[in-house]
Amino acid sequence: MRNSFLTVVIFAVLVSATYFYLKSPEIVQTKLEVLKENYSKPRDKKPVDHSKFEVLQKQFNSPQEVVKTCMSCHNEVHKELLDSPHFRWQRPVYENGRGVTYLGKANAINNFCIGVQGSEVSCNKCHASFGEEEAMLAIDANAENIDCLVCHDNSATYLKGNNMNGFPDKSVDLAVVAKSVGTPTRDNCGVCHFFGGGGNNVKHGDLEKAQFHTTNEIDVHMADNGGNLICIDCHTTENHNIKGRLFTVESSNTNRVSCTDCHTELPHESTVLNEHTVKVACQTCHIPTYAKVNSVNTNWDWSKAGKLDANGKPFETEDSLGDHVYKSIKGTFEYARNKKPDYIWFNGTAEHYLLGDKISEKETLLVLNKMNGNYNDEFSQIIPVNIHYAKQPFDPGTRMLIQPKLAALAKGEGAYWQDFDWLKAAEKGMEASGLPFSGKVDWFNTVSYWPINHMVSPKENSLQCVDCHNSENSRLAGLNDFYMPARDKYELVDTLGNLMILLTIAGLFAHGSLRYYFAKKQK
Amino acid sequence: MKEVLIYKGYERFWHWTQAVLIIFLAVTGFEVHGGYSFFGYENAVVYHRYAAIGLVVLIFFTAFWHFITGEWKQYKPTPQFVKEQIEYYLLGIFKNAPHPTKKTVLSKLNPLQKLAYFGLMVVIIPLLVITGIIYLFYRMPSATNMNPLNLTNLEPIAILHTIGAYLLVMFVIVHLYLITTGHTILSNLKAMITGYEEIEEDDDHHKKEEKKV
Repeated sequence: MRNSFLTVVIFAVLVSATYFYLKSPEIVQTKLEVLKENYSKPRDKKPVDHSKFEVLQKQFNSPQEVVKTCMSCHNEVHKELLDSPHFRWQRPVYENGRGVTYLGKANAINNFCIGVQGSEVSCNKCHASFGEEEAMLAIDANAENIDCLVCHDNSATYLKGNNMNGFPDKSVDLAVVAKSVGTPTRDNCGVCHFFGGGGNNVKHGDLEKAQFHTTNEIDVHMADNGGNLICIDCHTTENHNIKGRLFTVESSNTNRVSCTDCHTELPHESTVLNEHTVKVACQTCHIPTYAKVNSVNTNWDWSKAGKLDANGKPFETEDSLGDHVYKSIKGTFEYARNKKPDYIWFNGTAEHYLLGDKISEKETLLVLNKMNGNYNDEFSQIIPVNIHYAKQPFDPGTRMLIQPKLAALAKGEGAYWQDFDWLKAAEKGMEASGLPFSGKVDWFNTVSYWPINHMVSPKENSLQCVDCHNSENSRLAGLNDFYMPARDKYELVDTLGNLMILLTIAGLFAHGSLRYYFAKKQK
Repeated sequence: MKEVLIYKGYERFWHWTQAVLIIFLAVTGFEVHGGYSFFGYENAVVYHRYAAIGLVVLIFFTAFWHFITGEWKQYKPTPQFVKEQIEYYLLGIFKNAPHPTKKTVLSKLNPLQKLAYFGLMVVIIPLLVITGIIYLFYRMPSATNMNPLNLTNLEPIAILHTIGAYLLVMFVIVHLYLITTGHTILSNLKAMITGYEEIEEDDDHHKKEEKKV
């Protein structure tokens, strides 16, 4: 008896030792509390107060005059800007199948307003420059045309005008703006990045005007009652090189912002969850839905554009949520709100359709940004995306997507939004792009993938195991290149297994009944 | 008839711990496999892992115990009396015929039991333990250092583990039923709880039989 007692004790000790060995993580976790404390410290302490500089105590006649004044002290910084994608709309990248190339808004076709060429007068509203000719020019551009103010205005009064080629709106008081300058706030970034695609949240789905001031439920990082982070807290910037990649216009797994930069590689207390991070990006579980406040565009059909009302004027129609379903200038739209993301494998590299590429005859749905990755790729993780479909103008003669001229200040310049003539718009746009046009306009189905990285939910709202680990409606039902417990079963094994168990029970029941019957009979 | 200690303290401890672990592993394991929710998915996964480690430790100790005490010989399968034992379960049991072999301290398993436990120990348990350990240490293809096994596909492992699990469930069901086929309905169960069972006094016939074994 003593021996068996001893065995029990030894066994218990061994089991509990194993348990605690497995339970205690070897790497000290960065406590969320530490992060919270770090980011609660006031960040508005500045080493300089621009409002006190003598050179800024005056009225400015043009924004270039302000920039010239900036450069009187910051006399080398323009070189950084002239080489940055915010100014050049492109940067050198390495892309599979293409090698070293330039990539950016300057040459990538997007799934929304297609591209810049021919429409600079409007598009430049979100370009850090003044004037049309600078838009595409590179290093040798006139540094005075760099718009420092759109990013560095801290007065919240600076505003670029509509169809003003990037110049500030008439209402802007440059003296006030010049004296306010400082590091960029959420407002500076959001004024362009929240409105991409021609309206709030049209493009991203996870970046929209609600995030200027929002709540924890919507975005734990940017919320006023949450982290209250500003964009550059994560998108850290050195010498105007801003960390972060958006793979609609990027192709390499470098200079990316990662959750693990702050939250470490082992952010969970649970080992099982930490193991998931090998293959599952943080965003996948922690952004269960996006477009939480306002809708995101999911489908844009340019082929339906051009209907005019009885007076020959363009018109718009909206649905009950206030989202446009039709615009004469743009076509039909579909929107989604509180959307569950789609999920794809992604290894950090992407390939793009660029302006002037010929589409192969076999293609029926053109992927504008092919996100590479699969289960067996060791760098791949599952990420959430917004998949955006469109129907775009296409030249069946050259087999190229058409870059149409969309915006102009007046009728007669061939801009589609003024003249509603696809042939003219195509001709002008392709001319501005330096590409041929056969004189025919057809339509092509395109798709683009938008990674969802923002609008992280409070941890209580993150996905649970069974959101993916179930066979009925798994979130990962579409990713079929691997075995996942509970989602996947080998039907034959389960069917046979259950059948054998039933037969066993039935057989034993029969055996037992016979025993009972004969036992009774013998009595 | 006399009362003898047929299951020693360690054996009983081993048996019941193993019984609890196996049932617990089945409940958590089939929850992980999908179809019902009992502990909650994450708990089921974590509990299953700990119980599995516990079972492996127990098996290790028990193997040690069996080799040191020589009790492992009890499980050595023998073709003798297998036919008689099958005939007993198919026919004799209904006629209240005597068991074809006698239970003794030195030979407490009947020939079919020996075969069944041998199969359990040589096929089902190793299948589950080996696939289970691979499953436990399996990491998906990754550039990080969390990949000691570097397998690219979990599917065959998972399928084999599931097959093992179904076989073990079947074994347990049959085992539970056969408890009732002892000298009396409850005598086998009582023996495994108290360790003592009433067995027939040694007689000449039985001694002969032992020699054969």
